[in-house]
Parts: sequence; structure tokens; C-alpha cells
Amino acid sequence: MSPRDDAGVTLATARATRPRDIRVDLQLIAEMIEPGSRVLDVGCGDGALLDHLVHFKQVDGRGLELSMDGVHACVSHGLSVIQGDADTDLKDYPTDAFDFVVLSQTLQAMRAPREILGHLVRIGRRAVVSFPNFGYWRARLALLVQGRMPVTDRLPYQWWESPNIHVCTITDFVSLCREMGITIERSVILDRHDLVRGSGFGALANLIAAQGVFLLHRS
Amino acid sequence: MTVQTPARTAAAPINTGWPGHGVLLGPMRLDCGVELDRFPIAYQTYGSLDPDRANAVMVCHALSGDQFVLDRHPMTAKSGWWEAMVGPGKAIDTNRYFVICTNVLGGCMGTLGPKEVNPATGLPYGLGFPVITIADMVRAQKLLIDHLGIAQLFCVVGGSMGGMQVLQWAVSYPEAVFAAIPIAASARHSAQNIAFDEVGRQAIMADPDWHAGDYISHGVVPHRGLAVARMAAHITYLSETALHRKFGRSLQNRTAVTYGFDADFQVESYLRHQGSTFVDRFDANSYLYITRAMDYFDLAAEHDGVLANAFRWRGRSTPVRFCVVSFSSDWLFPTAESRATVHALNAVAANVSFVEVATDKGHDAFLLDEPQFHQVIEGFLTGCAEHRGLKDRRRGAA
Repeated sequence: MSPRDDAGVTLATARATRPRDIRVDLQLIAEMIEPGSRVLDVGCGDGALLDHLVHFKQVDGRGLELSMDGVHACVSHGLSVIQGDADTDLKDYPTDAFDFVVLSQTLQAMRAPREILGHLVRIGRRAVVSFPNFGYWRARLALLVQGRMPVTDRLPYQWWESPNIHVCTITDFVSLCREMGITIERSVILDRHDLVRGSGFGALANLIAAQGVFLLHRS
Repeated sequence: MTVQTPARTAAAPINTGWPGHGVLLGPMRLDCGVELDRFPIAYQTYGSLDPDRANAVMVCHALSGDQFVLDRHPMTAKSGWWEAMVGPGKAIDTNRYFVICTNVLGGCMGTLGPKEVNPATGLPYGLGFPVITIADMVRAQKLLIDHLGIAQLFCVVGGSMGGMQVLQWAVSYPEAVFAAIPIAASARHSAQNIAFDEVGRQAIMADPDWHAGDYISHGVVPHRGLAVARMAAHITYLSETALHRKFGRSLQNRTAVTYGFDADFQVESYLRHQGSTFVDRFDANSYLYITRAMDYFDLAAEHDGVLANAFRWRGRSTPVRFCVVSFSSDWLFPTAESRATVHALNAVAANVSFVEVATDKGHDAFLLDEPQFHQVIEGFLTGCAEHRGLKDRRRGAA
């Protein structure tokens, strides 16, 4: 199962209600992508974002998805999607093959997030990455007060069932980007109601953001 | 060596002796160096070609297949081999697409093959037939679409050896293919598959009635050898689960084993039936030549051993849109083979979809009723039609 399946939306139902109600974080990603560009969506789930980009931004869109159900949904609806594992398959893609590579709500489920991040900014001239923020105050509070691993809207799993094996905070992410020579071009942070709460990635953002969306490129 | 065929004339319709169409085409140079002059191609078509000739779909058949995708077979009276996939309202919708299927070069259903008469000798070619390749089969199909005035096929699709032809089409004629669907196929025949082919060929050649390929002159058919070849191959088309589900250890019309070598088990009876019915409709020498063509197939070999190079085109990636399909229980062309093709396509950033269909029916799943598989093909084609700007003439009718 794709870590992005949390909304539980099938492509068929998503189609019926589109254009405007793809998830807010997906809309924010879509806004960062230039019309007509070449886009690879890594962990594209049921293809909701890809379908939106193909039809409303006229992108040349491709997807990579682990779950068979996701791939079937995508290809059956005319999207170019490969059944595969980002942890092993991204190395095959040539450098600068795409204008944008998207990784939405999936980084924390990767076996090797650092390598993945490296591939994203290598394969794409730009990368768009969104992930749930473990530095969010509710997560911190859960650990501090209850002494329990946080279960939040964005990280809804118990520790023993979670596909999210590499959760991080915004500060962790920013620090890794700096270490890898990756420039954060833009960022948007969202609270748990998916309301946009700003565009920073400092200490305050790390406290109030339930998730963040980042536009990256190689420095 | 030059193979003599009838004197050169303009491409002319001919009667191949089988239902459907036939045409004399050529000349054509084979990979082995032999120049074919004029030679017959037998083919079938379904649906109608749009005035702009943009809706043609080439279906490529597998080793033991033929051009009768939808027709009742003229010899066995069985229904067409891909009625699950092709037809009015099916995934490959003949209300929308113009489907073409040729009998492959080297075949035995009307296209030039070893059982046809060599005009130079007045006798069947037999082993005098030149060794052909998958690329030769595709070259012959290209002559046909040129003859039909089709500049670009909307799609080339096929399973198993048909999938090899699909890949070869995309590599040989990328501008003449808009979309390609290689199903349960591979960009090169594996050692295991060559081994199975060799078992089949040795079975045929060990049959005394084979007469070094000259059995037609002797008025016999190496039916035992060909039947054994088919039986061995047929096992590779299934899966252990499918065999077990279908037959288990059930006995054939008896309550106990007979302590002899009759077909005690249903699975034996089934295989014997598969073997004997195949002999009635297939030519033993064709079986040798076509399996050889599959053995020789290796797309990477012609491109410095790098498969990705096969998919480069004018310094860029191939313009062909791919949908690669494999089946989880296929051990003849396992998913790993399809994945290797996908990785090579990714390496040139080609437009590719890849689906592994979960099924326990083995390699033959591509011929069977697999709704999820058919949905994928239909969706892929519909998406491609949108990109290609194909008019959906079904809407007017609906």
C-alpha cells in the first residue's frame, strides 16, 4: 500500500469531483509546477496529482508507484505509470530527464531517504517534496506529555504498523538539504487542517507545521 | 543464396488458400543474408481503417498462433485466439481500431514458410528454407503496412513471441509506431527458454517421420515428435498452481491407477490431447524455424550489448509510448524480464507504463479472461488515442 493512500480516494471518485478538490497539499505542489513541463511523480498513488497535472497543466507526466492497485488505476486511466520501487528504481533514470520530480508524502516511507533525495534533484532540474513534520507541536506534546509515539492526522499509524520508517522534522530536512548541497527555493507549511501557515522553514515553522511542501534544486 | 519465388510483379492480392487476405510482397533481404524476391503474406483485418489511416493496430501472434484473432479457426473450428481482448466493445475495440494480424514469416498458415513450394525446385522448402529472425518477421509486416498505405501504426500489440515482435517494431521503425504493448515478453530469449526450444526441436528431429525435414515428399508428418514438442512447451505456458487447480492428481475415467503407462492421470490425458490437436494444425518445420527465430532474439546484442541504446532515437529517447505487461506467475517470461525492458526504457526517459498483473494462470494468462489486464490495455489505448488525436467514432454511435 502506498503511504499516500491515506485519503483513500480512488481515481474514479477523484475524477468525478475534480478539477478543484485534489488535496490541498497536492494543489500546492501543482502550483509549483510549470505548465507543459516534464514531470515524474514518485509514489504517485492512484494518480490524482498526475491526472490533474496532465489535464490542467498539460505536463508530460510519468509516475512510479509501488502498489499494484495504484498502478492499475493509473494506467487504466491513461496515465504513464510504472510499477516499481523508488528505493531501487530511481537509479535507472538519467540525469536531468525531467523538469520536475515530485515526491509527495512518501519520503518518510523510503528505506534510504538521503539517496532518494539525491536522485530526485539529479533526475529533475527541480524537485518538489512534501512530508509530514515530526516537529509539529502536537507530535512533540504527545511524546512529552504521554510519552507515546505520536499518532497524528498526517502520521495516523501506531509505531508497529507504520510504513513511515524514517520520519523527520522540518529542521532535520533543512539540515540534510544543506549537507547535500540542495537549495530550498520555496516552501509552504500547512497546519493539520491543511491551511497554509506561511512560507518559512525555521524553528517556528518546525513547531506549527503539520506538513511542509518544498521546491528544491541542486546548488 | 537466393530463394526463388514467383516472378516480380506489382504487389498483387493472392489466394493463400486460407480465409482472409493474401498479398505478394517483396523483395526483402533477410538477416541471414538471403534475398527474398516476392513472397506471400497472409493476413486478417477486423474493423475499418479511418480515412486518415491513423487507427491501425497490428496484433502480433505468438509461436503457435496465427492470423485468425477473431475468426473460427479454419482447421480446428475453435474460436479466435484473442477474442477475450479483441472485438467490438473489447479492450482492443474493433468498432474503433482497424486490427491487422499477419501470419508470421516462417509460419504455416499462408505466409511464406518451409512447407511452401520452392519455385526453384518445385518441392517444399523444408530445411532449404532460410533461417529467419524476429526482425525479418517485422520487416515483412512493415512491407504489408506500406502496401496498405499506413504510415504509422497507432499501436503494435502482442504476447510472448508477439511481444518480441512488438519490441522489434519499436526499435526498427520507431516513427511507424505510436504506441507499443509488449506482453509477457522479453528483449532477449533466456538460456532457459532456448533450452526448452531445443527440447522441442530435438523431439521433432528424433521422429523417424521427420526425414531430415523432407517429410512432405515422403507423404508423412512427424506427428509424434511435434506432439512431444508441444506437450513440453505447453507445460511452460502454465503454472504449477494452475496445473494443480485444473487437474490435481485426478485420474482419467478410472478409479484406480492401472499399473501401466496409459494416461492414468488427467494431466497426462490433457497434454496428450494438446499434442495431438496441435499436430493437425501446425507444421513441424515451421516449429523449428520459429523457435529458432525466438532463440536468436536479443535486442541489446545489436546495440553494443546495452538494451537502452536500442531505444535511443536521433540522440533522444524513442518517440514510442510503451505499456509493458507481465504476469506474476509467468515463469517462461518472468516479470524480471519485463522489468529489464522497463529499466532500459527508463534509462532513456522514454514514455513507459509497466504493470505486473497478479494471476496464477502462468504465461498463458495473456490469452485468458483477465479483467484487470484488459482494463489496463483499454485504458492505455484510450489515453494514447487522446494524445494521438484519434477521433472516437464510437461516441457518435452510442
